[in-house]
Amino acid sequence: MRVLIPTPLQSYTGHRAEVEAEGATLAGLLADLDRRHPGIRFRMIDEQDAIRRHIRIWVNGSEVKAIDVPLGPSDQVIIFQALSGG
Amino acid sequence: MATVRSAKSPIPKAPAPKAASGPVLLLVATRKGAFLYRSDPGRRAWRVTGPLFFGHIVHHLVLDPRTGPKGRRTLLAATSTGHLGPTLMRSTDLGRTWQESSRPPAFPKAGQGEKGRAVDHTFWLTPGHASEPGVWYAGTSPQGLFRSENDGLTWSGVAGFNDNPKYVDWTGGEKDGTPDGPKLHSINVDPRDAKRLYVAMSSGGVFESRDRGASWKPLNEGVLADYRPDKFPEYGQDAHCVRVHPLAPDVLWQQNHCGIYRLVRPGTRWERVGDNMPRSVGDIGFPVVLHPRDPATAWVFPMDGSTVWPRTSPGGKPAAYVTTNAGKSWKRQAAGLPPSQGWFTVKRQAMATDARDPVGVYFGTTSGEIWASRDEGAKWTCIARHLPEIYAIEAAGLSR
Repeated sequence: MRVLIPTPLQSYTGHRAEVEAEGATLAGLLADLDRRHPGIRFRMIDEQDAIRRHIRIWVNGSEVKAIDVPLGPSDQVIIFQALSGG
Repeated sequence: MATVRSAKSPIPKAPAPKAASGPVLLLVATRKGAFLYRSDPGRRAWRVTGPLFFGHIVHHLVLDPRTGPKGRRTLLAATSTGHLGPTLMRSTDLGRTWQESSRPPAFPKAGQGEKGRAVDHTFWLTPGHASEPGVWYAGTSPQGLFRSENDGLTWSGVAGFNDNPKYVDWTGGEKDGTPDGPKLHSINVDPRDAKRLYVAMSSGGVFESRDRGASWKPLNEGVLADYRPDKFPEYGQDAHCVRVHPLAPDVLWQQNHCGIYRLVRPGTRWERVGDNMPRSVGDIGFPVVLHPRDPATAWVFPMDGSTVWPRTSPGGKPAAYVTTNAGKSWKRQAAGLPPSQGWFTVKRQAMATDARDPVGVYFGTTSGEIWASRDEGAKWTCIARHLPEIYAIEAAGLSR
């Protein structure tokens, strides 16, 4: 499925803003994303599987707060980074 | 390491190596990236490379003094951003190319229903013992000790510390940390014995291990914690910076939230040598750095610790202070620095010495200036300004 990647993480995706990854859950999709683009997951998800404070993940237009949500093959995942501060 | 005990000093000290003679490379870590300043052989002119990791927070940048295959030395950078998780980067060509750690420092996943810890950033990097090539240690925020055995590619927690039943007691809580979070720092490996480690924490104090991190003991006797009802607790002090002398590893120096201390092992009681600083200046500060060949000589950079802790140069008159007699007396070193209205803040990792003779002393300010002295602090020159907030400076020797 399509995953939209924010600018600060595009160094992991060859500077592509949109990539493909698969998974029956968001956790599975993030694991696949990390296999394809090593290192990207830990920048977004901490070692307790929590979404990091300034990362926002949207599935089909709704923000999700945890990574154990199910996904369908036609779902769209958008990853945002909430920039703030100086 | 062979040691000798001179008639003049009872402290065992290895024979001093010949002073370095090559250029100096300053590794400058800032809130917005890293910079490399390379000197000419006379340390008069500096050439800058950078910014590296532009826009990223670089907490520490360290060049391995040990040489690997083909004479290459590993350069590690602890990075994060304000918005992404932490990582570690590694270079074997002095920063021209970088490889990301495939497993940066991270705590284990907590069990169901348990509260787990997450590394916010790696704060401190220390190369391992000379006999253990490829070994590095990292200290994190919140407090964690991690070890790599493959030159920084992957990291594992030192369970004897991170999973110690006393961990919560030793480290306190979030409230006991610095404004940027509680930190484990000042990882020192005894050059005589790879198994003997010292670490320090803000807060938590100083701890020692004699078995490569499997077990730990507090080492804080005599160190004040004036913010607690029990003024001299077993642990819970706020150690800002601790350094072990490379040639006399029984000599430890500590700049603490509550003064400057020196400890000679096997003793366990720190002596507050900062009591010998001028009363008008006090002995509060963040860094302490050592003379590479003389364990009686150290530099500090005092900060104003009065009232609400401005943490700037006392009176707006920045100066380093040096002792050459193990802290019995201190000499002000301000030549070349602003005589007034200089409100410098120098963080705990932002001061360094090189291995030349005379020793070069360097410090960086949170206002983005690098100051250098090539005569052991007698005169200071500003070699860079307008940089981002400086977090750390290391001085590495180059062969050419």
